[in-house]
Amino acid sequence: MNTRPIQFAGLALLLLTATAFASPPEKKGDASAPEGIQVPKPPFSEGIFPCTSCHDGKSMKVDTHRRELGMHSEIQEILHHGPNRWCLDCHDAQNRDRLHLAGGEPVAFTASYLLCGQCHGDKLRDWRLGIHGKRTGSWNGQKQYLLCVNCHNPHSPHFKPLKPMPPPTRPDDIKMAKGGSQ
Amino acid sequence: MTDIKPIQPPTGVPESGACGSRREFLGTAVATVAMALTGCGKLSKEEFLQHNFRELSKDELKTIIARLEREYEEKYHKAVKVGNEPAMPGVIFGYALDLSRCIGCRRCVYACVKENNQSRDPQIQWIRVLEMDKEEGVNIQHAEQYYNPEEVPREGHFYMPVQCQQCKRPPCVKVCPVGATWREKDGIVVVDYNWCIGCRYCMAACPYGARHFNWGEPHIDAADVNPNTHYLGNRPRPKGVVEKCTFCIQRTRKGLYPACVEICPTGSRKFGNLLDAKSEIREILENKRVFKFKEDLNTQPNFFYFYGV
Repeated sequence: MNTRPIQFAGLALLLLTATAFASPPEKKGDASAPEGIQVPKPPFSEGIFPCTSCHDGKSMKVDTHRRELGMHSEIQEILHHGPNRWCLDCHDAQNRDRLHLAGGEPVAFTASYLLCGQCHGDKLRDWRLGIHGKRTGSWNGQKQYLLCVNCHNPHSPHFKPLKPMPPPTRPDDIKMAKGGSQ
Repeated sequence: MTDIKPIQPPTGVPESGACGSRREFLGTAVATVAMALTGCGKLSKEEFLQHNFRELSKDELKTIIARLEREYEEKYHKAVKVGNEPAMPGVIFGYALDLSRCIGCRRCVYACVKENNQSRDPQIQWIRVLEMDKEEGVNIQHAEQYYNPEEVPREGHFYMPVQCQQCKRPPCVKVCPVGATWREKDGIVVVDYNWCIGCRYCMAACPYGARHFNWGEPHIDAADVNPNTHYLGNRPRPKGVVEKCTFCIQRTRKGLYPACVEICPTGSRKFGNLLDAKSEIREILENKRVFKFKEDLNTQPNFFYFYGV
């Protein structure tokens, strides 16, 4: 009645499954590659990208201290994205043309959903499944996705209110118009 | 039974002497008398004698579509294509609308009007967006469809667009006395506008207010007419018939998303094949909190509402 081999086998299996689940859905190398999902261009403000055209590391020294900036006041004014956020939480200090995850792994602007997904994991999951966010194109074929930032301003992500289109005409008013349109 | 085919004179109404057979003669005579009695003067003889869509042979359908396209071209001075794509095998369409995301901006209403050639005057809109109290929940007693604030969403409110729910047990189909409306194999409830007699029983039967009647001659500016149409969908309708949402049959049977899905700025509208286990619609049905509108009526809609958060 030696149960030890079975126990070992069970433990090995458990470890294997644990590692399988622990490994993230994307490998580290994929962080900058948009995993085959066709996404549109990020909605940069006019003339702001590439950031390295100013932040080239020569004309301006990299200052990683949290502070009020002289530039980008339009962003600082609207920055409402959780408490205590500041630029370099997401923007990469070494290469301004990319972003970085909390662990420091670089992420391209075209794969910014990986960055968003660090906190909003449920939304990223739903977005990949097509439940969150907008898909256009073909229900049984090629689809176009939108990046998180196409709808949510990353600096102030709450979806902005819109002016509604006109309400329907009331039946009474339609009745009056009916006679004239025949 | 070859003589059952409708008469197709080369152009216009033939002279009475040109009638070849007894059937043809009687057909013309009946049509003329009926036109005189009912005042349907605008109806051509072919149109009057036309059969129900489901009984048409391929050749008959071809002739009818050619006639319709000719009529539309005369009316709008541009080519209008009338398609008749059948249901795809292995497909039943389903729709899900995220009530936690819809902000009631009505973009869908107007995209639908444009895509589906709804009359601008008198106004017909297949989608109706209801503004509801968050405190009341989904309660028709507290629904407002004429809301018009500067900005939506309004504090304390949520929005529920209602359109045809494409029921599996459609009461509208059940009451139609002439069989002018039916449920297609892919789950779309359609209307044969040439067979509809305009009795509006279906409108009384529909618990969702999804059917709309052409009280007046529908008016659309020629420039606004969408020329890509389907016989059972968005082809321009005559006065006196009922129309409804068809999940954009002219688009979805070609694999495209409906126009309301494409326009929605919040991505609240989801569409797909209920028989495809990997479709987003199935993901929603299996993983989200879903409900059917007026489920107690047992109409069994293929249109679902869900909460995405």
